[in-house]
Amino acid sequence: MSTTALSVADRLQAAGTANALELRGVSKLFGALAAISDVTLTVKPGERRAVLGSNGAGKTTLFNCITGDFLPTTGTIRLFGEDVTEFPAYERIRRGLRRTYQISLLFNELSVLDNIYLACRGVSRGRFSLLRPRANDALMNTAVDLATAVHLLDFKDTLVANLSYGQQRQLEIALALAGAPRFVLFDEPAAGLSPSERSELIEILNNLPEHIGYIIIEHDMDVALRVSQSVTMMHNGLIFKEGSPLEIESDPEVQELYLGGGHE
Amino acid sequence: MADPAENRTVADSSGPLAQRGGGVHTPRENDLGVYGWVSRVPASYVVFVFVLLLLPAVSSSFVLSQIFSWGLILGMIALSLMFLGGYGGMVSLSQMSVAGMAGYMLAILGSSAITDISIGWPWWLAVPVAIIIATVFCTLTGLLAVRTEGIYTIMITLAIAAAFFYFTRQNYVLFNGFSGFNGLAPPQLFGINWNNAIPFYYLTLFWAASAYCAVLYVSRAPFGLALQGVRDNSRRMAALGFNVTAHRVAAFTFAGVIAAVGGILLVWLNGQISPGTIAINPAIDILIIAIVGGLRRPIGPFVGALIYVILRTFSLDILTSMGLAGERFQLLIGLGFLVIVYWSPDGVLGLWDRWRDRVKSRDPWQRSTGRSIDGDDPS
Repeated sequence: MSTTALSVADRLQAAGTANALELRGVSKLFGALAAISDVTLTVKPGERRAVLGSNGAGKTTLFNCITGDFLPTTGTIRLFGEDVTEFPAYERIRRGLRRTYQISLLFNELSVLDNIYLACRGVSRGRFSLLRPRANDALMNTAVDLATAVHLLDFKDTLVANLSYGQQRQLEIALALAGAPRFVLFDEPAAGLSPSERSELIEILNNLPEHIGYIIIEHDMDVALRVSQSVTMMHNGLIFKEGSPLEIESDPEVQELYLGGGHE
Repeated sequence: MADPAENRTVADSSGPLAQRGGGVHTPRENDLGVYGWVSRVPASYVVFVFVLLLLPAVSSSFVLSQIFSWGLILGMIALSLMFLGGYGGMVSLSQMSVAGMAGYMLAILGSSAITDISIGWPWWLAVPVAIIIATVFCTLTGLLAVRTEGIYTIMITLAIAAAFFYFTRQNYVLFNGFSGFNGLAPPQLFGINWNNAIPFYYLTLFWAASAYCAVLYVSRAPFGLALQGVRDNSRRMAALGFNVTAHRVAAFTFAGVIAAVGGILLVWLNGQISPGTIAINPAIDILIIAIVGGLRRPIGPFVGALIYVILRTFSLDILTSMGLAGERFQLLIGLGFLVIVYWSPDGVLGLWDRWRDRVKSRDPWQRSTGRSIDGDDPS
């Protein structure tokens, strides 16, 4: 790439430091099976992106590579300009990345508030503190605020194992919003929710502070297109199409994939 | 509705400043908190504490040292296993080795009847150094063990326990081989002979109660909560910014301190330490104690230890009175273990919880405890 005719912004773009998230040629092989192959993706700070695709398209594998649950076989991942490809998951989280899980991964033997408190503690100092939080502990107050935000305040002392499915999904979101998130990966947050819970979810997502960007995996086109500014379509581990929600919705190939069989 | 709360959340936790603000000490609230805490202690607990304190007045010195002191010491060592297993989900069979390491180090660094080996440091130097060495030993065990999960953690810690046992038995230069060390005794201090049954009982009671309170306290502190998070879901903990491996190793360090203190008290009680103290059988006994008592709460190991010690002390008499060989006391312990594990996978504590819940559910004025009953309620 020539450097002479480029503005500073373009150069930052080229260096990958202007993006919240930048994937270059990321592949993940399980044995001979390529779950994702050669995925190149850039997301700007504050951008909200939906990732669509049928089951097995590689969406969750993509998330697992971004958060560091597994290392990609090839390629590099940059988070806010920093190469985090070799970083363990917790180092990426401490840099502002968050995620929710498709199947809720919560701490069933702890209360709702303790779950959120742990999420707040994980991205601040004192993770090894042997002292109990005081009555007016700032992080505990934050945890209460987050419980309020996801409408779980009335259940704050309930053990997570005793929550309903929808409430567990809401708690998933609260955990991902703890600390100062800069970029969030939502893995099918609406799966299994009732229509009213869905509209609550849309409200929560649309009311997130503007600087928080996210990628959302969602099967429900109705939800996905209402909470995102851009859409990436995945198919068989490859990026199939990128565009605005409107373009994707009206794209005949996407319609073919989503409505008419979808198998090659 | 979500908007203002969200924004505040993000601002509140945006860095160390917010945290420092939260750490500001407000004496008034804190004092109220302590008062509130004291007034909430149930009467049954107060009675229990008084019983423990007044035991020396009613029991013989044999019962005091061979039942209660011994039970409290084994309870402490099992408590270190309960902390790892109950809160951390890691079952370690090497906690008795950690206690033994502390005991051996005390014998080597302090004074014993084996004057060729013992260096003869004063107790105030030998005891802390012995505890530190044993804690480091436990941490190193943790470093090896936390790379694995479940049955493999048990196997690695069992291997370490076995290796340490055979090493002490074969090494005569440092560990004095098969016969080990004798002539070990707690120091004279404040004009009290701590070797006597009553002072020694209070000494063990103090340290056992301290260990119990420490575990109870830490279980609700960030470190303990995070450990329970690791137990429930280690993958999610990593996705919340926790270094799961470091947390597990730190849990071994914490448990190591408790086991080491128990080990010091154990050699003082027995007056000796030899490879038999830390053999595979005692290591497994600690696991049995913790499981029989219950791994869910820190009182469990002490309940288990008391049952174990009573069985161990009196089963010989019971068996001989029934015309059986007295050395078959392990049979009784084994049967007791089978019965308890069969009826209540979460130990005696589980039985107690279910009994209490049933009594409460009969009484319409008592509200439910809100605790989840994960065992099957036969009623």
